[in-house]
Amino acid sequence: MQILDRRLNPSGRSLPNRQRFLRRAKSLVQEAVRDASAKRGIRSADEGGEVSIPLHGIREPSFHHGSGGIRDHVLPGNKEYREGDEIPRPPSGGGGGGGPEGSPDGSGEDTFRFALSREEFLSLFLDDLELPDMAKRRLVDGSDPAWQRAGYSVSGSPANLALGRTMRNSMSRRIALKRPKHETVQALEEEIAALEGDPEQAERVLALRAELERQIQRTRRIPWIDPIDVRYRRFDPVPKPVARAVMFCLMDVSGSMTEDMKDLAKRFYTLLFLFLQRRYKHVEIVFIRHTHEASEVDEETFFYSRETGGTLVSTALEEMQKVVADRYPPSEWNIYAAQASDGDNAAGDSQKTARLLVDAILPACQYYAYIEVGREGEHGIPGFPRGPTDLWRTYEALVAAGAPLAMKKVRHRRDIFPVFRELFAKRGVLDSTPAQA
Amino acid sequence: MSEVLDDRLLYQGAEWDFDTLRVIHDACAEIAGQELGLDWYSNRIEVISAEQMLDAYASTGLPLSYRHWSFGKHFAQHEAMYRRGLRGLAYEIVINSDPCVSYVMEENTATMQALVIAHAAFGHNHFFKNNRLFREWTDAKGILDYLEFAKGYVQACEEQHGEMAVERVLDSAHALMSHGVHRHRRRAPDLQSEQKRERERREHDERMYNVLWSTLPEKATTPSTSTEEERRRALLQLPQENILYFLEKTAPRLAPWQREIIRIVRNISQYFLPQRQTKVMNEGCATYVHHRILNRLHAQGRITDGHLLEALHSHTSVIMQPGFDDQRYSGMNPYALGFAMMTDIARIAEQPTEEDREWFPDFAGSGDAMEVLRYAWSEFRDESFILQFLSPKLMRELKLFHLVDDAGQPALRVDSMHDERGYRRLRRALARQYDPALTDADIQVVDVDLNGDRRLILEHYVQGGRLLEDQEARQVLRHLASLWSYDVVLREVETPGGAALREHVVSPPR
Repeated sequence: MQILDRRLNPSGRSLPNRQRFLRRAKSLVQEAVRDASAKRGIRSADEGGEVSIPLHGIREPSFHHGSGGIRDHVLPGNKEYREGDEIPRPPSGGGGGGGPEGSPDGSGEDTFRFALSREEFLSLFLDDLELPDMAKRRLVDGSDPAWQRAGYSVSGSPANLALGRTMRNSMSRRIALKRPKHETVQALEEEIAALEGDPEQAERVLALRAELERQIQRTRRIPWIDPIDVRYRRFDPVPKPVARAVMFCLMDVSGSMTEDMKDLAKRFYTLLFLFLQRRYKHVEIVFIRHTHEASEVDEETFFYSRETGGTLVSTALEEMQKVVADRYPPSEWNIYAAQASDGDNAAGDSQKTARLLVDAILPACQYYAYIEVGREGEHGIPGFPRGPTDLWRTYEALVAAGAPLAMKKVRHRRDIFPVFRELFAKRGVLDSTPAQA
Repeated sequence: MSEVLDDRLLYQGAEWDFDTLRVIHDACAEIAGQELGLDWYSNRIEVISAEQMLDAYASTGLPLSYRHWSFGKHFAQHEAMYRRGLRGLAYEIVINSDPCVSYVMEENTATMQALVIAHAAFGHNHFFKNNRLFREWTDAKGILDYLEFAKGYVQACEEQHGEMAVERVLDSAHALMSHGVHRHRRRAPDLQSEQKRERERREHDERMYNVLWSTLPEKATTPSTSTEEERRRALLQLPQENILYFLEKTAPRLAPWQREIIRIVRNISQYFLPQRQTKVMNEGCATYVHHRILNRLHAQGRITDGHLLEALHSHTSVIMQPGFDDQRYSGMNPYALGFAMMTDIARIAEQPTEEDREWFPDFAGSGDAMEVLRYAWSEFRDESFILQFLSPKLMRELKLFHLVDDAGQPALRVDSMHDERGYRRLRRALARQYDPALTDADIQVVDVDLNGDRRLILEHYVQGGRLLEDQEARQVLRHLASLWSYDVVLREVETPGGAALREHVVSPPR
């Protein structure tokens, strides 16, 4: 009889099977993941969770009887039936005589539910996307050091024992102090054994014994390995370059922006944040809202507090410029910015906005996206009868002049994801690459 | 609880450690050996976590299986149900191997461990070692090594030929798994030599390979005549019910590694055949044994009243049999039927009624219940066991009745019930439900002309008008065609009669 503890076996042994399964069902799972994320709240968008996929895509077929023909059922729990009784057939084969041959998975459901981890969820969700100009700058940051070999030390943990070096020290010390070799001692013992009993050699044996005793004493005094021989491998922390990113969320919060529009913008920001988080270890977010004046605020205020006033986009850009100069030197940070607006801007401000953007903001940014949100059906069904907004026209001119700026219009929640994908699609995956240089 | 009792108790409370398991095992072994006269493979008890239990579930209860996406699918499914609390996990999994491996969960209480050890390490273990089907069809000594070999082999194939290529073969072989068994006795399996055989076959191929041969002109093929048809079929061992075996031996365009993978799937399927044929008896045996052992432990004062009640609580929920009109009904519960029959046999042996003496003259009143049970456990499978041992009293207790569902008739008909006129017919009908040869579709390879168009012809012998499920049958045939590489025809033929009912023709994917 044996009792073994298997709990310590490496867990996740089923992982290769799981990966094979996810690969197999990839397109189905991907669809399910996008559906699921559409229904979720923004805050929980990046959690893993259950998804269901249609069973038929991953069925394992086998030969078995279909319906029809003559079937026998022996059932327990008879209450009133007598031999020869006729019982009306229950609808759709369920109920009384139901399902001895049911589905092989035990459940008659058409969908297959299972849980995805956060990691799996995100990687399916953000599959085939890439960051433009990603991590151009890899910079020094003390927070996450790498360990580098740096010679030997006399103290350290047993795991770092440098065996080769220790033994070398031990050997040189033994040679220097003339520790008797094992062979010498053995030779002496043999000689004694050979001469013993011979009365003529008694004197010699006595001398040999004394010599042997001396040698053994010496062996004891000079240890094989002395603590002074022991060396440990030494490691020094070396600052490791890491890529850091900061994400600027700029939004117009003037009266013309409705809650719906803000919600659309928020969804876009969430996606961008998730995406950046996957690529960078450190992602910081800066929220800047503006009316006719701009200020940096926290998330809560950014999305939920109302403001009144005119609309001056340039103020937000100025604020951003200030924050960048204060805290995020472009030489150390990857800067991403997303601006959401309904497109309104005060008539005289366009020139200033364009100049700020081209001269100060865009050169500092890795990526700048402009999302124009609108109310669904606001402008009638066919297209944009009102024509492009002020801001759109301003930016369009910049793009035409070759500024690295991506711009998209979003009218409905369901547009968010496609637009996002379009902005970040790997080149060659989608044809319509975003307008950027 | 008095001080005196404390000395005899195997454990206190719900906590346990490895010594407790040992003490429990030894106490169970004493009762199983001396009082029940059981005979078992030596035990190996492995403590595992819930995740590992899910893992074992996913790979059909085998501890180390090769990699395949379907195991990942089952894992995900079980895990989701377990997480949502829809389904608990089995307390144990036991493997028919020598030594017999029982997995017990770390979450179990001490009493549950006692129950599980008595159930698996003695009940199932005795059954595996003694039942005729297991003795003849499975190789308990070789299975663990064979699984290790299979896993390694599949992995090596993946490295050499790519994951996708291996997956395609496995998918196809899995689809045919239920028709990859020999139902009639051949030679006893010897899984230990499988690995050796594979190596030898490969070495032989390498030795025999000579580039010169490929330059020889091909022999002119003689056109096959109708008189040769008989000979050809005999040579190919047709008709053949084991489709995977036939493919492994005959499929014209499979590479050696593909044949070996088919062989692995086939061997594993064959290994499980006895378990499918003895579900009721196996569970009945294990449940009866744990019931006896735990009651005895209690009688000896080695577990407390509380422990016994806890064990009985699990025991009764396991053997619960809801009626057919109950919402929870999902077929006959093999634990319930098995346990009821074992207890009933013991009753007949020890305290028979007049009726029992009439029905079971061989052993009614023989006095030694265990002798009768041991005999039954070693010599029968579910179908013959029910046919032989189901008593009228039990049929009355379970209120069994036989319902005939003829799709041609407007209503269902009660053919027989638990009364004097119906006992024998009822019993026969129930026994037939446990005969895989009758419940599985009977499909055989009947003909192929290897020198001609190589079209593979199969027949499904349709009984009682039960045709195959059309969509899935075609999917399976597509898998079959991809292994065979030529057209595959499946004829559904009425039995008896021989009238062709339906025909499926599938071409291999290009």
